[in-house]
Amino acid sequence: MGIENYLQGENYMVTSLTKLVNWSRSNSVWPCTFGLACCALEMIASTLSNFDISRFGSEVFRPSPRQADLLIVSGTLTKKMSVMVKRVYDQMADPKWVIAMGACSSCGGVFQSYAVVQGVDQIIPVDVYIPGCPPRPEAVLAGLMKIQEKIRTEKLDQRPDFTG
Amino acid sequence: MSYKNVIQTIHKKFPEAIVNECENKGQREISLAKNRFYETMRVLQENTDLPYDLLIDILGIDYTPRTPRFDLVYILLSTKDFSRLIVRLKAEEGEEIPSVSSIWHSADWAEREVYDLMGIPFSDHPDLKRILTWKNFEGHPLRKDFPLEGKDFDKPFDPETIEDYT
Amino acid sequence: MAESKKMYLNMGPHHPATHGVLRIELELDGETIVNATPRIGYLHRGIEKLAENRNYQQIIPLTDRLDYASASANNMGYCVTVENLMGTEVPKRAQYLRVIMAELARIMGHHLWIGTHALDIGAMSVVFYAFRDREMIMDINEEIAGYRLTPTFFRIGGVAHDATPKFIQMVRDFVKWFPKGLDGYHKLLTENKIWTTRTMDIGTISAEEAVNYGFTGPSLRGSGVAYDLRKAFPYSSYDDFDFQIPVGDKGDVYDRYLVRMEEFSQSLKIIDQAIENLPEGPVNVDNPWISNPDLDEVQKDISALIRRFMIHVKGPVAPEAEVYQAVEGAKGELGFYLVGDGSEHPYRLKIRSPCFYLASALPRLMVGHMVADAIAIIGSIDVVLGEIDR
Ligand code: SF4
Repeated sequence: MGIENYLQGENYMVTSLTKLVNWSRSNSVWPCTFGLACCALEMIASTLSNFDISRFGSEVFRPSPRQADLLIVSGTLTKKMSVMVKRVYDQMADPKWVIAMGACSSCGGVFQSYAVVQGVDQIIPVDVYIPGCPPRPEAVLAGLMKIQEKIRTEKLDQRPDFTG
Repeated sequence: MSYKNVIQTIHKKFPEAIVNECENKGQREISLAKNRFYETMRVLQENTDLPYDLLIDILGIDYTPRTPRFDLVYILLSTKDFSRLIVRLKAEEGEEIPSVSSIWHSADWAEREVYDLMGIPFSDHPDLKRILTWKNFEGHPLRKDFPLEGKDFDKPFDPETIEDYT
Repeated sequence: MAESKKMYLNMGPHHPATHGVLRIELELDGETIVNATPRIGYLHRGIEKLAENRNYQQIIPLTDRLDYASASANNMGYCVTVENLMGTEVPKRAQYLRVIMAELARIMGHHLWIGTHALDIGAMSVVFYAFRDREMIMDINEEIAGYRLTPTFFRIGGVAHDATPKFIQMVRDFVKWFPKGLDGYHKLLTENKIWTTRTMDIGTISAEEAVNYGFTGPSLRGSGVAYDLRKAFPYSSYDDFDFQIPVGDKGDVYDRYLVRMEEFSQSLKIIDQAIENLPEGPVNVDNPWISNPDLDEVQKDISALIRRFMIHVKGPVAPEAEVYQAVEGAKGELGFYLVGDGSEHPYRLKIRSPCFYLASALPRLMVGHMVADAIAIIGSIDVVLGEIDR
């Protein structure tokens, strides 16, 4: 089979705890099942048959924000909805990350109107922006890999949720 | 022609109800007067010749600075022969229009939408409040004097200011 | 006897089974729904207001984002309306290409419906098969328009450009392949005992009531009224094609399911006829005020370049008139009421969205059923929030 064929007896590996934690966090980023508009369909497409997000350890979409690590804001954020998005974000347990998917959630997109928030970063902090209207599923996966990259370089005591 | 019959019935019952009758791009269209509006709509739905039983949509058009300011357009369809009828009504600003939600159920939300976006109030509506925008939204966005981007577009947005129905 | 108390349950707007940001306040007595209040507007983006500030060409991408599950069908509605207002006749080839795109979009919308509807009720596997087939249509969209979900392939007075041979081949392949896929869905669901128990006699609505609530499209046809705009008010050469309108009789969730399943094959039939009889000729009207010059011409001729520029920044001008035109969208009668004022912007554009009225009937459909059925009912009327809220 794999690596276990070469391992005999007790085995040890020397690494830093930060690396180990970041490695495990980065490969199990569970997104929140949260769709707002058209972009949500491409997010769904990235999880299903052809694109299969589980190759990157993120197939476990959690309807409850309390069990999720990643909020993919996929779609137009209207002012009426902004209250709920803020609440969902606040309910998520640390550590948490946010992807702004699509032009709308990054900057308002084509909807520069009275009802639309011009970018979700006005209400919650964003880690990765994915351009496109809607972005392709590959772009969603690329955004996810960017998040993983970011997680791997994080210092645990420098995370915003670190309380000492 | 059953459509003719319907118009005649209305003429007989309420001689002054129909202000104008025309054909616009092959579409039948009538303009109604305000005083007998509700009763005329009832006849349109309940008559047996050609009942207009499906209310497709209601919309308001803002014609400022004209008076009366608004046009209300009701699009009706008869499932008997699948023909459409457009009913038009002129409305002053702030004037209450009789609600037709007791005739067609679909008018319930449609009227709420017109009220929300155009600011035309309806009398006897079961639950007239904003539907697409939120509770403390100011103004009516589809009026011509409402700016596209709203009032505080250049200020940072704060979700705390939004109050919603619960 | 124990005293029973009402319980209030807030469903949505962040709920995986409400197909977007629909919010429903349920009032429960035990597990039975005694009252339901849908609340909408969480995706209200102001498309109608935006349209008043755009020129006619620029509105087409906005219409893609109405019913985003079947984008081309909305383009069809809008373009047909504008052409009606301007009195333009679109060439036959463009009409056929439009029909192909709109029917593919309808199939796409139904794919999303069957996938999520089954997933909500608990049949997990259907969604994987549905999206496998949906990806094929996405690839077709990408081939012809360059975009997967929101192709914006239509233009006022025609389509963006002619079909490529590869596109035609891909459509043919899809038409050949899809009956097998459809058969798979039928095998998974139609006679499945769990499926029939969960859907039969749930959310029943009679024809008369459905009409009164403003139902259109597959949901109305599930109740037995054969109202289909493709037959009742044919547009874009639909009268050239031979197809049937499936109708149900009881008007429950299962009937609506059967109607949509049959629509898959009817749409496929239309696509087949259209692609096999695709007429030759131009794909844009021969009117320099409306249609773009070819890219070839633009590269060689300065006046063509200027014309292209003007069409893009200013666009065609509509006369002072009003028109209501509707098409059969994937969810029902998708109408556009357009008021032109002699300029390049519409004075008023009202979008008649079928889902708006379907959602308004949710209390009527839900009351008296169990909480678990609420999800089956939402799935069966197939709402898309982008279209409800606009
Ligand atoms: S970015 Fe484009 S596709 Fe995504 S939600 Fe906005 S309009 Fe829709």
